[in-house]
Amino acid sequence: MSKGRYGVHGGQYIPETLMNEIIRLEESYEYYKKDPEFQRELTDLLNNYAGRPSLLYYAKKMSEDLGGAKIYIKREDLNHTGSHKINNVLGQVLLAKKMGKTRVIAETGAGQHGVATATAAALLGLECEIFMGKEDTIRQALNVYRMELLGAKVHPVTTGTMTLKDAVNETMREWTNRVQDTLYVLGSVMGPHPFPMVVRDFQSVIGREAKKQILEREGKLPSAVVACVGGGSNAMGMFYDFIPEAGVRLIGCEAAGKGIHTKEHAATITKGTPGVFHGMKSYFCQDEYGQIAPVYSISAGLDYPGIGPEHAHLHDIGRAEYVPVTDEEAVSAFEYLAKTEGIICAIESAHAVAHVRKIAPYMKQEDIVIICLSGRGDKDVAAIARYRGVDIHE
Amino acid sequence: MNKESKKKIDVKDAFEKGKAFIGFVTGGDPSIEKSEEIILRMVEAGCDLIEIGIPFSDPIAEGPVIQEANIRALSVGTTTDKIFGLAENVRRKTDVPLVLLTYLNPVFHYGYEGFFARCRESGINGIIIPDMPYEEKGELEQYGKKYGVDLISLIAPTSEERIKKIANGAEGFVYVVSSMGVTGVRSEITTDLESMISAVRKATDTPAAVGFGVNTPKQAAQIAKIADGVIVGSAIVKIIARYGDEAGEHVYRYVKEMKDAILQ
Repeated sequence: MSKGRYGVHGGQYIPETLMNEIIRLEESYEYYKKDPEFQRELTDLLNNYAGRPSLLYYAKKMSEDLGGAKIYIKREDLNHTGSHKINNVLGQVLLAKKMGKTRVIAETGAGQHGVATATAAALLGLECEIFMGKEDTIRQALNVYRMELLGAKVHPVTTGTMTLKDAVNETMREWTNRVQDTLYVLGSVMGPHPFPMVVRDFQSVIGREAKKQILEREGKLPSAVVACVGGGSNAMGMFYDFIPEAGVRLIGCEAAGKGIHTKEHAATITKGTPGVFHGMKSYFCQDEYGQIAPVYSISAGLDYPGIGPEHAHLHDIGRAEYVPVTDEEAVSAFEYLAKTEGIICAIESAHAVAHVRKIAPYMKQEDIVIICLSGRGDKDVAAIARYRGVDIHE
Repeated sequence: MNKESKKKIDVKDAFEKGKAFIGFVTGGDPSIEKSEEIILRMVEAGCDLIEIGIPFSDPIAEGPVIQEANIRALSVGTTTDKIFGLAENVRRKTDVPLVLLTYLNPVFHYGYEGFFARCRESGINGIIIPDMPYEEKGELEQYGKKYGVDLISLIAPTSEERIKKIANGAEGFVYVVSSMGVTGVRSEITTDLESMISAVRKATDTPAAVGFGVNTPKQAAQIAKIADGVIVGSAIVKIIARYGDEAGEHVYRYVKEMKDAILQ
């Protein structure tokens, strides 16, 4: 069995052309992880550029309205570029620079990871090219323009379902074309080893901060932490420091799209089966012959047929729970959070809010739930209006 | 000819009569029936080994030409079982070595044991899995051995010091990837193939065949001077895309021209 395993999941299922580069990446990462200078630079970027630590906000009105657990919100939406994605890209782009790379490439779904990568590349002076499904460039046209403003070149991907999975395919193809000067900055805890580990480590700042903040505020650990899951980077970042705390439930919310009884969903753990794709063994939505299924979610960021291997393992061993949340539930939670707390969150994050609306009323008042609010919702306002049949002209 | 008792067919047979021409088709493009016809015409034209691609929804190592062939094959309902059926039919009519090219997921999902058992039953002699590098090969080795299916390894221009260990345990032939990037026709191959092949030869007696980008008789002839075989995929698939059901004759003429070129 190769490196980078989480139980049976993970591994390095990639073309030979990339193997030496992946090995170099792992070696470089292991080196810089222990390099105080690298860590100092990264912490400086996170604190003085991205705005960390992010707030842990007590959602008093929401807690009172739901009438059960005390709800806290980890405000990753307040980071520079508006989502948790910046945590990972500052780490990876800094690493790329240290490795002597002059160019980074990345996939993006909703555009958040693309915007974050373009931002970090602009700041650190690297060339940047982003691959984005054509379907998503339409759904998230503003983010395309944002990336271009930041100096990145955006390639619309016209293969397959023209969404996130196809963007990953195309970025991998581009990487095999040009590895010498280029690092693939993967956006989630997925892909071949060492990416699931690297991205998890860079995102684990979320849970580390949240744990410290909640202990300071409440003097005890939460009963549950809840996050949305596509590939699973904000969830893994939130979960990681809580994994050893057996009393803390870890809950990942998958996109159930139009419902898990339909074919239009992206609920990988709920409906998927074991497979090998995008460099990793994990769970995937696929057919009886192992063809990857076209998936669907209103949220471009969760519209992915797989899930990171560490999540697959946490599911296998029963340490984390993964629950489906439909488009309708997510949209309704998006509106609820806006009206109740004055926070317009990303439609991805709204999946986590929706689940907390379901469980909080049945929890005790001494229970604490932390929602990872992975991103802000400006990018989704037009899509939500469309969903509700409201005609707005941008 | 399909009776195992008659003759044990081996991937290495392809290299016994001199330089080998290896042709690729995506199974089921434009249809399973036509794939059979095209494969038999390729054999008639002098193809020494046939690679049959199992179409996959997300072929990350393929360029646009083979990606589109995958979509065409899947859209007419091609499945892994139908590919085995195709191999079985071809095997009844010829002794040419047959190799599957597939991404790992269709194999994994089928079940390793069942997949390799079906390979043997249907006369498949080897398998190439572009997303299974040396480090991950271990999980398939026992099944390859048990069912007599060679696991064919790839080396790339970036493999450098890895060539030695990969070539060392190579089965069937060593697939030398000529260029960076994905499959597809290239007007020029700039990699130092000679030094890659000489590194292979230092480590193993297993034949080395070069693929990715090869499409003209001139390129094929040049490669045949330094390698044991020439692999052509996208150029053949392009002809199939262009002529569809009528592709057989056109593929025949192309393969014949390429084979003549490498024999010179």
